[in-house]
Amino acid sequence: MRKKSLKKDLSQNYQAYLMIIPAIILLFIFSYIPMYGIIIAFKKYRPALGFFDSPWVGLEYFKSFFDSVFAWKLIRNTFLLSFYSLLFGFPLPIILAILINEVRNVVFKRTVQTISYMPYFISTVVVCGMLKAFLSYDGFLTQLISYITKSPPSNLLGDAKNFRTIFVASGIWQSLGWNSIIYLAALSNVDQQLYESAWIDGAGRLRQLWHITLPGIVPTIVVLLILAIGQILSVNDSKILLLYTPMTYETADVIGTYVFRRGIQQSDYSLSTAVGLMNTLVNLLFLIFANWFSRITTENSLW
Amino acid sequence: MKIKKSPLEIFGLTAIYIILIVFSIIFILPLYQVFIASISDPRVVVQQRGILWLPVRIHFEAYRLVFSNPNISIGFKNTIIYMIFGTAFEYTITILSAYLLAKDNVLLKKPIMLYFIITMYFGGGLIPFYLLINSLGLIDNRLALIIPYGVNVWNIIIMRTHYRSIPRSLSEAAYIDGAGDFWILFRIFVPLSGAVTAVLVLFSAVGYWNMWFEPMMFLKDRAKYPLQSMLREILIDNKQAMAGAAKGRLSPGISRSLFFETQVKYANIIISTVPILVLYPFLQKYFVKGVMLGSLKE
Repeated sequence: MRKKSLKKDLSQNYQAYLMIIPAIILLFIFSYIPMYGIIIAFKKYRPALGFFDSPWVGLEYFKSFFDSVFAWKLIRNTFLLSFYSLLFGFPLPIILAILINEVRNVVFKRTVQTISYMPYFISTVVVCGMLKAFLSYDGFLTQLISYITKSPPSNLLGDAKNFRTIFVASGIWQSLGWNSIIYLAALSNVDQQLYESAWIDGAGRLRQLWHITLPGIVPTIVVLLILAIGQILSVNDSKILLLYTPMTYETADVIGTYVFRRGIQQSDYSLSTAVGLMNTLVNLLFLIFANWFSRITTENSLW
Repeated sequence: MKIKKSPLEIFGLTAIYIILIVFSIIFILPLYQVFIASISDPRVVVQQRGILWLPVRIHFEAYRLVFSNPNISIGFKNTIIYMIFGTAFEYTITILSAYLLAKDNVLLKKPIMLYFIITMYFGGGLIPFYLLINSLGLIDNRLALIIPYGVNVWNIIIMRTHYRSIPRSLSEAAYIDGAGDFWILFRIFVPLSGAVTAVLVLFSAVGYWNMWFEPMMFLKDRAKYPLQSMLREILIDNKQAMAGAAKGRLSPGISRSLFFETQVKYANIIISTVPILVLYPFLQKYFVKGVMLGSLKE
């Protein structure tokens, strides 16, 4: 009975099935085969032998990673960079959106919005190139800072203790305006009649903000915060690759960049696959936890 | 207790305007500074302490150098190639896949959907992916930047959601008239997807414009480098500039000529960024729409 209906389904929908076959094949090759390739984390991978025939070594690479001096530093750096990005980067778009929302002059509002989205369209390579130029010994930010702090100029990007600040601040500059879009949309959905009745009742703007505007966007804030927490260990690796130097590894080297160096540059395939796998699994756990938390608290979830 | 435009409120509004103007300046200033520094006299720029508001002794030497640099034009050309073919390929896969997932009464829809969604949350990671590309012989092949990125599950889901919002009566009527799925997709669904298509194509094009990590991993031949890879060599990897910064402290003569190198970098930044920044305000509404589409759940 079931077999028959499948046959009928295939003959009825064969064109639609034909359409989806390319995507199924592409995903099989470029997503599912690499997933299978994870087994090299438990093998001593030799290119000549391939995924299949390389000899098993069990958890050797996981052990050697955790025994190494890097492990703790990488985990700490990965966590701190994304934690600081969240801590400072999360509230600012909300504040910007609320400020823009208070403006009644349409031209001014539009202009500020257009300008604030602009950094998002500057490519990461160019942003990092600007940072490198501005923060070098004779760069304009270095000069400005040394002028303000009355200290001699130095290559700020080459100093490990500055890296987190530079990474987080430039990240905020890139995405602040863009991230405010979603809050602006939520704000425009707040019922305008509420403001009118509040005004009649004598509530000033500040009280309207506190009692109407903020409660209106709290659900959006909560959902986005939970999603952000779900990504707490996924940091923008490729931007770090552009910005860091061996001088700043102490604070800048993260799991993703370590995987890249060991794997792609030093061809240490099994170890880097093992490290990458741990990162993927921890991210997945965080995402599942955040999603579960979101579902029980706000009834919003990804799945 | 009736408050209407109290002094406090006027003060608050003024403060808001001032804060927003300061924000706007911070957003614009870096690029503005790059532009001003790129056309000013390098000897003035290098002595400048703080912000240079207006150009001094304008010259376009740096731009002349950029335009005579073949790498930049090769990079632009390659970026356009990747953008057009990559976006077209991704879009084709997106509409084809979204169709079945939007259709009613398809027996295998659920398992196929699951097969797609798993790849959004779990993957093999960088190294197995790299080894696969390597063993497929795609290293130093332009296709390595296009074929593996053809399936964008997120876009497929957005397109599927849109297809489901198209009234069933349209496809049912065509079906009764004997139309097949291909006909319905290309004659009914695609023409009714203008705005969503614009959004997805734009985001995909911007993705190709910004791409540098994948070319770095997969391409060896510099003739195939996209613009961002060329820029990376100039802006990030410039080892001469690094060595020069140390020497500059010793001799002002050298540091002066070295700033010209920085100026050339600045000119590169302007040339590679201005095309997008000029286009983007016209396309802004699609980008904003894209953010909303991405945040919508069915």
